[in-house]
Amino acid sequence: MDLNLTDEQHEVVSAVRAFLTDHCPPDVVRASEPGGFDPDLWRAFCELAGPTIGVSEKLGGGGASLLDLELVCEQVGSFLAPVPFIDGAVAARLLASSGSSGAAGLDLLIAEPSAVGTVALRPAVDGTATLVPSGSVAGVVVAMDADELVVVTGDGDGPAPSNLGSSPVADRAIRVPGRTVLGTGDMARAAHGQAIDEWRTLMSGALVGLGEAALAIGVEYAKNRHQFGAPIGSFQSIARDLADAATLVDGARLLAREAAWAQTDDDEQFAPLASMAFLFATRAARRASNVALHVHGGYGFTLEYDIQLYYRRAEAWPLALGDPRQGAAHLADALFGPIEAP
Amino acid sequence: MDFRLGPKSDAFRAEVRAFLDEHLDEETIERAHQTGTMHSREFHRAIGRQGWLAATWPAEYGGQERDPFEMTALRDELRLAGAPTDGMGLSVIVCQTIRRVATEEQKADFLPRALAGEICMSLGYSEPDSGSDVASIKTTATRDGDEWVINGQKMFTTLAHVADYVFLLARTNHDVPKHKGLTMFLVPLDSPGIEIHPVHTVGGERTNATFYTDVRVSDHFRIGDVDRGWDVMTVALTFERGGFGLSEADRVWEQAVAWAKETRRPDGSRVIDDPFVRERLATMRTNNEVARLLAYRTSFVAATGGLPGVEGSMHKLFYAESMTSDAAELVDMLGAEGVVQRGEDGAPVDGWVEHLFRHAAVTTIYGGTSEMQRSIIAERGLGLPRSGR
Ligand SMILES: Cc1cc2nc3c(=O)[nH]c(=O)nc-3n(C[C@H](O)[C@H](O)[C@H](O)COP(=O)(O)OP(=O)(O)OC[C@H]3O[C@@H](n4cnc5c(N)ncnc54)[C@H](O)[C@@H]3O)c2cc1C
Repeated sequence: MDLNLTDEQHEVVSAVRAFLTDHCPPDVVRASEPGGFDPDLWRAFCELAGPTIGVSEKLGGGGASLLDLELVCEQVGSFLAPVPFIDGAVAARLLASSGSSGAAGLDLLIAEPSAVGTVALRPAVDGTATLVPSGSVAGVVVAMDADELVVVTGDGDGPAPSNLGSSPVADRAIRVPGRTVLGTGDMARAAHGQAIDEWRTLMSGALVGLGEAALAIGVEYAKNRHQFGAPIGSFQSIARDLADAATLVDGARLLAREAAWAQTDDDEQFAPLASMAFLFATRAARRASNVALHVHGGYGFTLEYDIQLYYRRAEAWPLALGDPRQGAAHLADALFGPIEAP
Repeated sequence: MDFRLGPKSDAFRAEVRAFLDEHLDEETIERAHQTGTMHSREFHRAIGRQGWLAATWPAEYGGQERDPFEMTALRDELRLAGAPTDGMGLSVIVCQTIRRVATEEQKADFLPRALAGEICMSLGYSEPDSGSDVASIKTTATRDGDEWVINGQKMFTTLAHVADYVFLLARTNHDVPKHKGLTMFLVPLDSPGIEIHPVHTVGGERTNATFYTDVRVSDHFRIGDVDRGWDVMTVALTFERGGFGLSEADRVWEQAVAWAKETRRPDGSRVIDDPFVRERLATMRTNNEVARLLAYRTSFVAATGGLPGVEGSMHKLFYAESMTSDAAELVDMLGAEGVVQRGEDGAPVDGWVEHLFRHAAVTTIYGGTSEMQRSIIAERGLGLPRSGR
């Protein structure tokens, strides 16, 4: 057992952290609202760690593992960085796994590092993939359309609808000229399922980062705010909620990293672990941001304090995949097999 | 990163399984549950003879120098098998503490016998009026020549009725702040003046109230310096948290899943196909995975030379709290039949879910309550100011 990162992973994490500390303070996050995308930040970010780093080197990528990507996502989540890293990384890996039919889409992403790719998480309805993550800014969209896994290129139809997480989500038409079929039937569904599990894992990483950062804000406030002549953090009911949230976040971090590790080292466990990680990280991030907002009292409810930025996203980000309780049902399928027909 | 315990632990795990096949019979497990005494003298000896009470100890003590991950594998297998291990847990805490703080003469006297499983230790910290605030205990030890005379009462002295010694915290000085007037003793339980009364619990485990009237022990039985008992406690407490891995929650989850797959409802559907059942079992599996990871992290920190204080508290807090709420969910999941107890016809999952529900509550209390763990996490982990207490 080894729960330490490699030196190389430490370096990547510190580099991304240093970059985001400089380039993505809360002002930048606020300025990106409501669209949730900062093209300048994204271009600079891609010079450091573009989304194709998770593609194998022989296909022109950086050869990073899912665990390496997860570590980057923890930092992205921690700074609420308005960059489509998760969606781009998942799309690039899906295209890379699709053989020659994915080559054109992948080449596009590799040739232009700041091009945005994404995967529609839910099957299209009547040729439209709805509320696709990064859908308002993506130039390459992979989606399931009935029995086919397809990739379309080109700009979207407009800005994101205003939404709780200020995320760049948007509907995308996918029965458009020039679309490429990557696969059909069970093979296509399996490839798409694998991409969703990778998305679950990377989103878990982002939620862990979000939860950790929100908690740190709450703890700092609890140390400094005084009432009744004492720092509010010395009141047990405040300390208790923060301690519980810290425990959830630590557990979520271990589980997200385990899921990412399993993708390369324990293949059979990857799917259930990805689902578990996503469920638990969702719970941890929501609890941590809720507690952190609450300890701010009335100030936490004002737009002026940063904690609201975390609170809204903790609720919104996981919903891209739908009702989390459906996620528990999905995990049950992985653990117990499908429900038997009566 | 590598989330596997590793080949050494896997090999040891296989060894432990083979040992359990040979030395742990259903009757021993059943007897423990019937009597509530989670200890079997024969099984404890067998473990001792195998050298596993000293599995991680240095060779100079006859130990096997195994790493913390092998220890985790050992504990995992004992848990999954449902083995009665209270005596093992308590004896190891006392032995580890003796190794750190006792004299060479004391080590030579107690450790070989204890590590061989020939004798068993119990812990006498808590009293009727002192639990979380254990430094406020009132039991006294008064010097009389080369002897100490002990008077007072302990509460929750688990295994005192089958153990050979009680690791007893007593007050030796009334004129100093409460932490500074305590001394630790290892009192032979067959000393004249000791009375042991059973205390029965909702989880079925038996514990004891123990009474001490003019109990005389020689200075040989004093562990650590006079009035420095709190230092000894501090050492002992670090061995109370840690070394954990899987828990009863993992065992019962597996039993519940197997049961739900093979059991059909009156309408012919499999229990496992009920969406409410599936969601509960999936959620519990997730919590169990997190508890396991938090436990393994504790071992990892210890294995790499750290002192896993906050990490140990996080594990203790999370496993106890989630086991308690998941056990309640599982009883609900069984519906009206969920209340039927082990041994009765038609008890679902052989009554293990109902048993887990009753047992789980104590895990949030003994070994430091959840409130105490949260204080450690808040103050030492998050750096929050100390709360008024
Ligand atoms: C089955 C069982 C076996 C046990 N075995 C042993 C044993 O072998 N040896 C032994 O010495 N002891 C043993 N114990 C005792 C156990 O360690 C104590 O029960 C535990 O430490 C709590 O002490 P208490 O019961 O006196 O509760 P109290 O300390 O009175 O606590 C009551 C409640 O108040 C809370 N509380 C107390 N102080 C604070 C605070 N400062 N801030 C917030 N909340 C607080 C507690 O968390 C708890 O919820 C055992 C207990 C049980 C139930």
